[in-house]
Amino acid sequence: MSALTPSRRYRVFVHLMAVVVSVLILAPFGWLVIASIANDNDLLSKPLHWIPQHPTFDRYLQIFTAQGDNVFAGFRAGLLNSVIVASVTVLVSTVVGVFGAYAFARLRFRGRRAVLLFFLSTYMVPPIALVIPMYLVMVQLHLLDTTLGLIVVYSSFATPFVLWIMGNYFQTIPVELEEAARIDGCSRLGALFRVILPLARPGLLAMMLFAFLIAWDEFLYALIFTSTAASKTIPVAISEFTGRYTTNFGLQAAGGVLAALPPVILAAIFQRQIVGGLSGGAVKG
Amino acid sequence: MSGAVVAPAPLTGPQKRPWRVRTREARFATMLLIPSVVVVFGIVLYPILRTLYTSFFDVESALPGDFPFVGLENYGKIIGDGAVWSAVGRTAYFTFFSTALEIGLGIGLAVLLNAPLRLRWLFRAIVVLPWALPTIVNAQMWRFILNSEYGALNALLTQLHIIDTYQSWLGSPFLALNMVALADVWKNTPLVAFFLLAGLQTIPSDLHEAAVVDGASVWQRFWRITMPLLKSSILVVLVLRTIEAFKVFDIIYVMTRGGPANGTQSIAYFTYVRAFSDQNFGYGSALSYLIVIVILVLAVFYIRALRSTTANEI
Amino acid sequence: MAAARRDGMAMRPDHNHNLTMSRRGFLTAAMGVGAGAALAACGSGSGGSGAKVTIRALHQQQAGYSASDIQGMTAAFMKANPNIKVENTLVAYDALHDKIVAAAPAGTYDVVLMDCIWPAEFAKKHIVADISAKVKGLSGLDGIFPGAIETAQYQGKYYGMPWLLDTKYLFYNTEMLQKAGIKPDQLATWDGVKAAAQTLKAKNIVQYPITGSWQQAEAVICDYAALVGAFGGRFLDDAGKPAFTSGGGVQALQFMVDLVKSGLANPAARTSVEDDVVKTFSQGNAAMALNWTFMYGLANDPKQSKIAGKVGMAHTPAGPGGKAPGVNGASALAITSGSQHQDAAWEYVKYLTSKAVQDKFATSSLPIWKASYDDPAVQKAGTPAVVAVAKTQLQDMILRPQVANYNSASQQLQVSIQKALLGQETPQAALAEAANAFTASS
Repeated sequence: MSALTPSRRYRVFVHLMAVVVSVLILAPFGWLVIASIANDNDLLSKPLHWIPQHPTFDRYLQIFTAQGDNVFAGFRAGLLNSVIVASVTVLVSTVVGVFGAYAFARLRFRGRRAVLLFFLSTYMVPPIALVIPMYLVMVQLHLLDTTLGLIVVYSSFATPFVLWIMGNYFQTIPVELEEAARIDGCSRLGALFRVILPLARPGLLAMMLFAFLIAWDEFLYALIFTSTAASKTIPVAISEFTGRYTTNFGLQAAGGVLAALPPVILAAIFQRQIVGGLSGGAVKG
Repeated sequence: MSGAVVAPAPLTGPQKRPWRVRTREARFATMLLIPSVVVVFGIVLYPILRTLYTSFFDVESALPGDFPFVGLENYGKIIGDGAVWSAVGRTAYFTFFSTALEIGLGIGLAVLLNAPLRLRWLFRAIVVLPWALPTIVNAQMWRFILNSEYGALNALLTQLHIIDTYQSWLGSPFLALNMVALADVWKNTPLVAFFLLAGLQTIPSDLHEAAVVDGASVWQRFWRITMPLLKSSILVVLVLRTIEAFKVFDIIYVMTRGGPANGTQSIAYFTYVRAFSDQNFGYGSALSYLIVIVILVLAVFYIRALRSTTANEI
Repeated sequence: MAAARRDGMAMRPDHNHNLTMSRRGFLTAAMGVGAGAALAACGSGSGGSGAKVTIRALHQQQAGYSASDIQGMTAAFMKANPNIKVENTLVAYDALHDKIVAAAPAGTYDVVLMDCIWPAEFAKKHIVADISAKVKGLSGLDGIFPGAIETAQYQGKYYGMPWLLDTKYLFYNTEMLQKAGIKPDQLATWDGVKAAAQTLKAKNIVQYPITGSWQQAEAVICDYAALVGAFGGRFLDDAGKPAFTSGGGVQALQFMVDLVKSGLANPAARTSVEDDVVKTFSQGNAAMALNWTFMYGLANDPKQSKIAGKVGMAHTPAGPGGKAPGVNGASALAITSGSQHQDAAWEYVKYLTSKAVQDKFATSSLPIWKASYDDPAVQKAGTPAVVAVAKTQLQDMILRPQVANYNSASQQLQVSIQKALLGQETPQAALAEAANAFTASS
């Protein structure tokens, strides 16, 4: 595919750097994993026991098996709700956003930048200022305490980013490719689907992961708009592991580890789509 | 206000088009944008307008009531309030410090993610981890790691004999602000890296190949080819991170509650306490619009600064 | 339902009917839908007399009564009151205030749990209803701890019924005191505590004998409040003006500053909340600390504590004038002013706060009723050692200042205390700064 044959020194260097980065990332995360299986005495002792002396998987067991209407059942419901909310948010914002992004990237119309900034500005308002009027809207539309309500809200936040990110990304795709397709009889939309989107796959995937994580991580609106297992999301469920004066760090750590897994698995599956650069042939058409 | 700022006119495309083509394009663009308008503004338009409306009243309760119209008084109060400006200053510091580090480290990480690594899939999965960790857990984790009594960082540094007494990482105002920013950098650098990785994919590999043939070193190729072509992706993440960083709230709420001695109180946190917790919604709404204005100014500044140098793209 | 709701609001004299309309008018215009009609469809239950009504209650998760306790109480209540259906929502304490405020305009909840620092705000902003007539009509009102009942009061009116009762106590490590040859009696005064700390430090039994929850958070106000009371100070004078800028208020902060400066208090206290105090104390890294009742259970749990069985719990120490109040940490059940079912809501509140119900669930939270503390069953359920000291401490509590902008005023005070603890400002100067925040409110 590529004529590039990196020097041996470069290869050693990048592998070394990859190890360093992995350590920097895995050290705090590893500590989180340890915290999720250690008891408090191990975590708090001085000097610190890095390897827990009394490892226990009780917290995970509790999270997955505890019966009744409690914070653990809430977490399980939250996991499912979050998957639904985040997936549908990605779907909605990508589908509507890609069309709009194409308009910003390839079409000329007055006030294009202003319109784009106007879209983006909806996300610049601190949520705390919007939460009360938004609550009223939710009540009026019967969306309070529903996953649909969260999907609607999150889609409205994710879409401006799809416009912004994909709009810019589409521009980096050489316009000749699209024009070639149109000469071959493709409509503009046909060229979007047949030429631009396949080439934009790396950007599209990064953007979809981003939209997924916006919905996965959002806390304040979920906190205020949800109240039962019908719609509580993961961050809300995790926040309820903590009491008024107590922080159950072990349980939060277990919840955090579990919450991080779905996006990581998704990313691991889809990363194969991000291969290596536009091949020279594609550009030359 | 031509589109040139957002979209550098493709040099190969027709530079001047007849007026009719333009209106046809505008109509087509409108059609393409309608779904986005519905999804974005269908739900938030009312809250956004309502907040703007509220900012001109002395609204002191969540409940409807007889609130006097005060015009721009709330905005005047903000401008005259020293506490607002120290919070804005801290937030600006946080924003610049964290985004600069995130972009800098993100570029390196993106190049690394794109490098021919063994087990590249595993490395990419590892890099996603911090990004995938919920913010509230990330904040709690760092609060725990940085704890001055039983924190892992103190334990590690003492066991490695780098420090001899436990440090209070969140105990003094400026240090705490930097520590919160670092916790934010740890979580968000992967986001930046993945977007820049996507940007790297659009760089035609034959450019590098040609440069290799010309005898360019790795560094020369990075600065002369990769960086200029990465600019548009950098702009994207710069605006993205600036918006998020200037509104920073959750991580501070969990890690420090704005302390010590207000050392980490961001403008969003300030807004939360003064406006929401005390229900001074008129004042709070005005503050929110101040935040929007600051971010907008920054965004336009970035767009101008980065776009003006990319005219010679591809 | 919309009409009924508007009428309900208009009945309250202090509520402007017209603006209710104007907000709704704006809403209608902005959304382009018949907002009134939409509202009509979303009310809860039916308003007719004799018909079954549904009330919604907002409780806190993982503190005080457990989820299953609340479920149990509510089920029993519904059995006794077949016409009232109760739907409970439990949220984390940190979400409680914001959820109450955000839900207020929509009238989502009928009954809400109200922390003792919120009545002024909620009353002044008309979030909760004045239920003075209902509370005063209750028989045996004087059987409630005065400190409990005042947490639901603001300017002489009742805005709720106290339900969860808590205060901070002095906890000490019995083993450390024994080693140092200190008798627990010595901890009856703050001077004694200081002297004990000096002994403990001198004998190298523990590096920092005292710790506290002195992070910039409500927690530091709670510790400071106990000291203000002990040193004979007050937060506000009779006219509602700040009074902590002189006398006891300053001495209390000076005392905290001296403890940090002399190394008797852990510098980490400045970044600690209650939970960190539990951890430090349970690991044997502190000999004495103020904390809420919950620490007794945790510090005695061998799974998370190295000092299980060595935990002493005492009345808060007295200051020079002999006063020794604990900080009031009670919460009340309030009825929202937007509730359509004020009477049904009151029935529920009355039931949950009744002596019989509270006695039954004493294991989770101690009752507000004085007589309960002489009941052997309650003593056993609430742990005898705890009940014994609670009985006297709960008679003697100091309330944090009741001002409508408590949240931001408290934040200013937290900052001032932190500035003093960090040595950036003198206690006198720091507190004078904070006083402005309290003046601005009234």
